[in-house]
Formats: sequence, structure tokens, C-alpha cells
Amino acid sequence: MAIIKVQRPKLKFGEKIYLGALIRGFFLTMRHAVRTILGKSVGAGTLKSSGTGVTMQFPEQTWDDQLPEYYRGAPALVTDEEDRERCVSCQLCEFICPPKAIKIIPGEIPTDDKWAKVEKRPKEFEIDMIRCIYCGMCEEVCPEQAIYLRKDYLITGYSREDMVHDKKKLYEIGGKRVGLVNKWNELK
Amino acid sequence: MIEFLTPFIIILIKVIFLTFLVLLPLVPVSVYFERRFSAVIQDRVGPNRVGLPLTLFGFKKDFHLFGLVQPMADGIKLLLKEDFTPSHVNKAFYWLAPALTVVPALITVCVVPFGSDITLFGHTESLVIADINLGPLFVFAVASLTVYGITLAGWSSNSKYPLVGGVRSTAQMISYEIALGLSIIPVLTYFGELNLTRIVEHQVDNGWLLLPLWNAYGSVFSAAYWEHSGEQWLFMIPALIAFIIFTVSIFAETNRMPFDLPECETELVGGYHTEYSSMKFALFFMGEYAAMVIGSALIVTLFLGGWSLGFGLDKHIAALEVAGFGIGGLIHMMVFGGKLLAFILFFILVRWTVPRFRYDQLMKLGWVVFFEAALINVFIAALIIAAPQLGALIITIGAIVLIAVTAAIIWVAKVSEDKTPALRA
Amino acid sequence: MSDSHSATAKKPRDLAAEKGLVNVQIDGEWHQFPKGTRMIEACRQVGQEVPHYCYHPKLSSPGNCRMCLVQMGMPPRPTPGVEPDVDEEGYQPIGWMPRPVIACANTVSENMGIKTRGELVEKCREGVMEFLLINHPLDCPICDQAGECRLQEHSVEHGRGESRFVDMKVKKPKNVDIGPRIRLDDERCIMCSRCIRFMDEVADDPVLGFTQRGTHTTLTVHPGRLLDSNYSLNTADICPVGALTSNDFRFQMRVWFLKETPSIDVNCGTGTNITIWTRGNQIHRITPRHNDEVNSTWMPDSHRLNFHYIDAETRLTEPLIKEGGQHRPASWQESLELLTSKLEQMEAGQIAIIASGRMCNEELFLSQQLADKLGCEAPTLVAREGEADKLLIAADRNPNTTGAKLVLGGDPYAGLDSLRSKIKDGAIKALLVFGEDIISDAGFADTDLAGLELLVQAHHSTNPTALAADIVLPTATFAEKRGSMVNLSGRLQRLNRAIEPQGHARDDWEILRDLGAIDKDTHLIEDVFNAMAAKVSEFSDLTLSKIGHQGLIVTETNHKILLLEKERAAKAAGKIVG
Repeated sequence: MAIIKVQRPKLKFGEKIYLGALIRGFFLTMRHAVRTILGKSVGAGTLKSSGTGVTMQFPEQTWDDQLPEYYRGAPALVTDEEDRERCVSCQLCEFICPPKAIKIIPGEIPTDDKWAKVEKRPKEFEIDMIRCIYCGMCEEVCPEQAIYLRKDYLITGYSREDMVHDKKKLYEIGGKRVGLVNKWNELK
Repeated sequence: MIEFLTPFIIILIKVIFLTFLVLLPLVPVSVYFERRFSAVIQDRVGPNRVGLPLTLFGFKKDFHLFGLVQPMADGIKLLLKEDFTPSHVNKAFYWLAPALTVVPALITVCVVPFGSDITLFGHTESLVIADINLGPLFVFAVASLTVYGITLAGWSSNSKYPLVGGVRSTAQMISYEIALGLSIIPVLTYFGELNLTRIVEHQVDNGWLLLPLWNAYGSVFSAAYWEHSGEQWLFMIPALIAFIIFTVSIFAETNRMPFDLPECETELVGGYHTEYSSMKFALFFMGEYAAMVIGSALIVTLFLGGWSLGFGLDKHIAALEVAGFGIGGLIHMMVFGGKLLAFILFFILVRWTVPRFRYDQLMKLGWVVFFEAALINVFIAALIIAAPQLGALIITIGAIVLIAVTAAIIWVAKVSEDKTPALRA
Repeated sequence: MSDSHSATAKKPRDLAAEKGLVNVQIDGEWHQFPKGTRMIEACRQVGQEVPHYCYHPKLSSPGNCRMCLVQMGMPPRPTPGVEPDVDEEGYQPIGWMPRPVIACANTVSENMGIKTRGELVEKCREGVMEFLLINHPLDCPICDQAGECRLQEHSVEHGRGESRFVDMKVKKPKNVDIGPRIRLDDERCIMCSRCIRFMDEVADDPVLGFTQRGTHTTLTVHPGRLLDSNYSLNTADICPVGALTSNDFRFQMRVWFLKETPSIDVNCGTGTNITIWTRGNQIHRITPRHNDEVNSTWMPDSHRLNFHYIDAETRLTEPLIKEGGQHRPASWQESLELLTSKLEQMEAGQIAIIASGRMCNEELFLSQQLADKLGCEAPTLVAREGEADKLLIAADRNPNTTGAKLVLGGDPYAGLDSLRSKIKDGAIKALLVFGEDIISDAGFADTDLAGLELLVQAHHSTNPTALAADIVLPTATFAEKRGSMVNLSGRLQRLNRAIEPQGHARDDWEILRDLGAIDKDTHLIEDVFNAMAAKVSEFSDLTLSKIGHQGLIVTETNHKILLLEKERAAKAAGKIVG
């Protein structure tokens, strides 16, 4: 690439003395301050904000109904329409997870179970939400469409243990998701 | 016995009242204003939540009070945080440093006149703790001790960023103290006085230094004023120069933006207080804001008439009495407080408007621009003040010499300036 | 044949024939191979891996998977009396056959051409893959073979990506219990017959076979029989898909998480080469590692599954000191100081050391050094005899008997009986036992040991001797330590550390070092080996790293590993590639 030599601009006396720019700056910041106080700041009308500035008053006002389709919240496990676990604990999400937030202990479905044909399901499935970076790779890699990033973003807890979502919690967040799953039928 | 103790009790009351009930509350207030003002400047809201948590006590609604209680919450948080002392620090100095930054700022308050006299139970008391005859010098002397706290904090932390921050602060404060001292010589010459109370009283009678809209002969609306106000208006020139230099230097002294290089986050993490936490950090924080309040008080006192309302109204206010108590002093205190708050807001406005200087620019501004300008300003002021006693010839010669010297200084400064270095390819 | 040609230069075929080789063109390049080399091996040797399922070098080649189809060509047969055309390098032109041949069962011949690429070959592979996948379930997320599955790999490399098959797949039995250690999923089976041939040819227990025909071909076990051979788990290893899986490893962990550590088996004197598969600090499985001089590519199930004690409840994880009949946990420093001070109070003749044939050479060497330092007799070992089978398991169940003979000299087991009587007499007051449970394995009775003033047990798991011991020191298991051992055929082999020792357990050699067997500043087992190499002539000029993963012969014994004998006979008969 060609090198472009940029010369420092030659400043005039007025610019050097700096006062003019300073005063213009004061006016600029004061204009923002006044407009914000009057509730006329940028985006105050269009964004669903408090009216003062662009800030949203969080617990009272939320962004939930404006979350985009592609929003990536907490990862969760889903069941199908008959409440069967979709996850077969293939551990691909555990493998792909960049911060290593997922921990799976695989388990075998007992032979007397109605769906013993599927053979495998997670015995334990834990996602450490302190580690999770909401990248969505687990969702992308899942061959059984069992893990989805839901729109939950309020993941809080009083201790580190609270922040580890276990299998029960993950299914609670995930809920149901309908659609054909090949492993339940004889098609695959 | 009581008579013997009375003066001490009165001084104690004044110390407690003015330091702990007037100055210290101003610190959280200015922090609150800093946060709210910076928020609105940036199209945000700022802290608006913390108020009276009445729902905790079973009431239906909280009162947010515009978040005014936020500084208190901050204070409690800082107090309750773990006070962590790293193992690698020099403990004695590490513990001493935060105190050394707060204490000078609180001591300087003793010479600031907060209002005119008040009368209680027949006693007339001035609203200043120590009405001494070298107010500004005392302030400079004590305020410059703050640098020890910062330097010690930087050094005793035994860590590189604090050390650089401490060294920067030392250099900066020493540089700007000269400009600070020199810049108010014209003002003091004009007043012929070092007692801050009498400086304010002089402004009550003769108009504020920067707003000489009235004098002993009347206000701008009377003809007598115009006959006798020529010198006042002429003195506006050195007064304005002095005001700018003094204000900017105060910014530098208090380590405020745009001169907050000792703690500039992008380069030095937290600067000299990187290794501090909890209340020790809060003391630095308080010291900084207290210094800002004191600086503003000094500027208001010297240039903007202190507690006076102006236009000859002050005499009437001072004479106000309610049930035998002279409350004029309290009203004057409110006036002073209003001016102070306005100036603090100006401080904040500057912080959120002007970007940080580079260190070499800071040093150049201090040594090359302000030092020379303050020095020349002293002579300009002297010439103006002495003019009535001198003949026209001497004044003309003086003016010419002054202009020549000024031109020479500017020329030297220009010549000695580094040539813009060729850009590296 | 014209004289002018032969006078100027010899033809390539003659040059090769002088060395007993033949010229073969593979993908346009000419190479020389010994006569009788299989085409698939020839291609492998020049870096062209031909995909295959049924072919295994240690088994016969039925050629039933058809995955290894390649294009072959031979020089056209010249008209009688006509000199064949040769190019400037002396090779005859190749006449390519219109149909592909299997590379696994055909051998190379002079002036042969092989194409492992090209449209014909690729089309063939694609077709074979499509047929194999018709009835194969797409349950890779569930299947344990995923990650090491030939079908997956070849499907990615040679498959067509999507199926054109629209009918219902054939349903076959799943999760069939065919043996105590093996589970069969017939849907996944691709009928390569590797397992059938293994059980027939190697394990000599032909219980597996196909039933039905065509699409319905099903692998099954002989009625009334079970796949219960002690070598049955090898079928899971050689199964290219997830049809045969190990009950022990099934659904435990995906293979892509596992770290492989090459090491050796310590359950008998054969010293089978193994790979230890670990994740974190846990062993998930052990598989045999290829070594044609030790175990070929097989290993017995009993040895393979003997690793669960490593993280069992019975593991000793911290030193114990007996006080008033009760053991209490103690720090290493405390227990070693106590031990040293107690040993100092003893006279030299009152101390005896029992070491173990399961210890590696370095540890045996250090135990001897310790004996020299304490002035007592050389360490005695406990013999451990079992029944040999006809394949890999040796009668001597100590993995390092040969090494002990080299390091300690003489018969290391000889002194045990005299030691036993000395303990009974009370002549021995202090007994240090390393790695042996003498009550269970050497026939010592509690009463024999009652006369001792000091009994020290260094072992990885709790046992009756440890219960009787005054000081118990936890040691590392074979997967947790490094060192070297010599197997029964005199091969020096290396143990590698696959996981960290559990709890506060330490290597035996570190304990021996701390007791003063070697300089306290020795921190590497390499240094111990070097010290040993200076004393033991068989190990001179060797270091741990020179041993390599395949081991080195350091001494001559007449031990024969029966499986290898059998394999060599089959190779000589041309049944297998070997």
C-alpha cells in the first residue's frame, strides 16, 4: 500500500489560542445538556426510552417486545411436543463451547423405557452461566435441535452455584419446541 | 470561667459548622452534580434512583428524590468495602497518604469568608473560622501540601503506574503553583489587602473585580458612577488575564480534567490511587472534590465578590434581623453557596467538554505561556494602578517597554519552539 | 530380444528383479515393491491410503466390502514374436482395465499400473458408500463410534453427501446382548466380517457369523453361545463402525475429548503395548497399541478392563500413621520424618525390604540402593503366577520379572521364604513393603507380622497389609507414573504418565528418594534411569527417551509369545499381510 504522508495542519493564531474552540465546545455540551433536560435528546422520541436521554429506565421499562428475532439470550434445552428430551448427549456443544461453559455427563436410557431405542440421553447437563458468552455455537452445532438460545437475559443469582443451570432449569427455560425429530421415528 | 471558654467554643462551633456541615456536604453534592450533569451532557439520565426506600418499610412507593441520596449510598458502599492493603506496599506511608490529601483541603477552608457577620444573642460573629491577614498565601501554602499525599501514595504503592502518576502530579503541581501565585499578585495589588474578608468587603463597596457595575458613588445607572469608574474598567484587562490564569491553574492544581494526567485512566489505570480501595480510595476522591470546592471558593472570593450580592444591596441584607437575630450572614452564605455551586458546575462542564492535554502540552502551557503571561500581567496591573500618580510620559514609556518586553518574550518562545519534526515514513 | 538394447542399458524390470522387486506405477509414479505385496499395502507405502473396511493386515482378506476398488492396468500381451513397446525409461505402456479391482486381495506384479484416483475410482467409492449407507442409521450423535468411525470419515471424503434412497430402511436388532463385555447394534453393521474373522483366526473361538442374505444379512452369535472370549473386546476395536461397542466404555465419553498416552500393560509379563485414553484426570478406556514384537494389535479383556481401581474408593490418597491401633492422615513430611527416625533406631540386620515385580526398573534400582544404604539385604520380590493362555497372557503375572533380574541380579523371588522365617523368628524388626500386599499375595499371616516393630506399606490401594502397617504411604498406579520395564522376551519398554496421581499419592521412586536411596536433588526419573544405566550393563548407553514407543531388546530370553508365533505362521502361509 502506498504511504501517504499527512502533514500536520498549520494552525492559525486564533486556533492556536484555543479559546474559540473551547467556547464552541461549551456551547455544544450545554446544548446537549439543555436538550436532554427538555426531553429532546437524540432518539428520545423514537426509542422507547424514558424520554430523558436515550436511557431506558430498566426494571420498569424493558426491551422485551423489541428483541430482534436473532437475539441470543440464555442457552436452554428443549423438549419436543411429547415432552421427550431431544438431547442425546452427543457432547458436540460441550466440544464447541468456546468458554467451556457446558458440562455433560452422558447416560443410557434404561431398556424398559418407552424410548429406549434412542439409547442415550444426558444424565447431567450443566451450563455455567458465569462462563457462557452467548455466542450461540451450541445451538449451531446441535445435530438434534435440542439446545436453543432463548430470549432470557436476566440471568442472576446470589452465588456461583446459582449461576450454574442444571438440566431441570435448562428444560424449564427451554420449554417445548415442535417439529420433526428423526430419532423418534423410523426414518433416519 | 464561661467567659474564658466562650471564644474557644465559638471557634469550635464555627469549625464544625463550616467544615463539616458546609464544606464536606458540598463534596457529595458536587459528586452528584458531576454525575447528573455529565449524564445530561451525554444524553443520558444519570443516577436518579436512590432516594428514600420506603417500600422497605412497608410503604407503597419509594421516593426517588432525583437520586439525591446516591452520594450517600456511594459513601456507605465505599465505607463497607473491603479495605485491602496489598502486601508489597510501604504500609506506613501507604496509610498516611490518603489523609495527607484530605486534611490540607479541609484546613484551607478556615480562611474562606462564607458570609457577612451574623448576630446571635448579642454576639456578632464573622462567618470565617480564622480571619487572618494572609488568606490567599495561607491557602497556597496549605493546599500545596496535598502534593505530598499524592506523591507518597504513588511511591509507597510500590507499583509502576501509581509511581508515574505520583511523579506526574508532583511536576504538575510545582509547575502550576508558580503561575497560581503570580497570577493573583495584580489582584492583591489592586485590593492592597491579603485579608479575604476585607477583600470581599471592598468588592461589596466597589463592585466585583470582574463585574465593576457599581462603586461607592452609585451603580451603572447613575452618572456619578461613570465619572469615577474609569480605573475600574481599565483594570478589567489584567483582572481578566489573572482570572483565566488563576482558574486554569486551579484546574491543574486540583488534578481536574483537562489536566488529570496523574490519574489518567488510559495510560495509568488509576494513577496514584491504583492500589487503593475502599475508604482510603474515597479519601483521595474526597480530597480531590474538596480541593475543587476550595478552589472555586477562592476564585469566587477573589474575582466574583465572595458572598456579596452586589448593587449596594449587601448593606440592607446585613442589617436584616429576625427576632433580634442578625440573619444577614446566613443569606450571604446562601449567596456564596449559589456562586460556589455555579462555579462547580462550570468545573464539571469543562471536564466533560475539554479533552485531556498531553503531558508536554501541559508543561508547555504552565511554563511557557502562563508563567510569562502572569509575569507581564503583574507589570500591566502595576502600570494601571500607578497611573494616577505618574506623568503621561512615564506611562507612555512604561507601556512601550512593556509591549517591547512582551513582544520579545513571544519571539523567544516562538524561536525556541521545536520545529515540527519531519514525519517518519 | 535385441542385443543392442541389452548391451547399452538394463531394463527397469531387470534392475528390480535383481533385488527381488517389481516395478509398479501408482498414480503415474513408478515405485518398486517386493513381489507378493498387496496393492493396498503398496499404495499405503507411497502415501496413498486406499479406503477400506473389511481389510485388516492381521486378518485374512475376503474382499467383501468393495471399498478399496482401484483401477488397475497391465502391459498388453504382445503378439508372439513382436518386441513389446517400451518408452524411453524402459517401461511398457499400461493397458488400463475397464473394470476396477479390489486392492486388498490382489498383489502387485511387474509393470503393473494402479490408479487410486480418477473418475472411475471415485465413482466406485461413491457408489459403494451409498450402498453402505442405505440401511445405516444416521444416529451419529448417539453412536459411540462417532469421531473414530471409518464410515463417517469415508462418507466425508468419498461419499456423495445426500441419499437418494426413499424407501424404509431395513430394521434389524439393536442393543443386542451378545456377550458379557460387548454389545451389538445390527443396524449399524456394514458386514465387513472383521469381527467374525478375528474370532475365528486369532481368538480361535468362532462364535460370530452372518445369517440371512442380501439386505437382511445380520451379524449374530452362534445359538446357545456367547461372545465371551477373553479377547472379545478386540472386536470392538476393529469394528469400523459402531456395531460392536464395549459395555465398559459405552456412552461414557466422546472420543474427541480423550487424550491418548502410549504406555504398557502391567498385568502380566508380556508387557502388552497400550494406549491410555484420558480426559481430565480420569481414564476412560485402554486399547491395545500396535507392536509386532509384543502383542501385534490385540490385548486380552481382563487386562484391558483392569484400570477401574485407579479412581476407586479403595485408593489411598494420603499418608497414614497408625496411632493406638487407628490410622490417622498425616502429611508426607511428617510420615517420612517419622519413618526415617524409626529406621535410624534399627540395626542394619533388623531391616528388610520387600519390593514388587510390578515396580519399574528405576524403582527396583532405588529400593536396592536404599537396602545398601540401610545395610540390609537386597530387596525380595513376591512371585505372582497365573495360568497362561495360548495367546498373550503369560504365566508370570509380574510385568517386570526380567527387569528385576537385571537390576537386582539373581533370582529376585528366592529370598522370600528365608525372610518369612526371619520375621517369624523376630530377627527382622522393621519391614518395608513396596507395592505388594504380602498378606493376600505372599501368604503372610497377621500373626507373622505381629512381631514386627515397624511395618511400612507403600501401595496405591488399601489392603490387609496396609491395615496392619504402622505407616502407609500412598503410591501411584501404572497410569500415573513414568518408568521402564523389561518384558518376558527381554524387551525394555516405557510406561508413560497419562494422569496425575490421585490425591496426595506419590511415585514410589520419589518416596525411595526421600528415604535416601538417591540424592535428594533428583527430580527427574530420567536421572534415576541414568544412575541405573551406569550400574546395570544391559541399560548402558540408554536413556528413557531412547527406548521409544516400541521398546528395545536388552537381553535374550527364550520366551515365546504364542500369539506372535501363530501370526508369523499365518503370514508365512500368505494368509495374512502381517
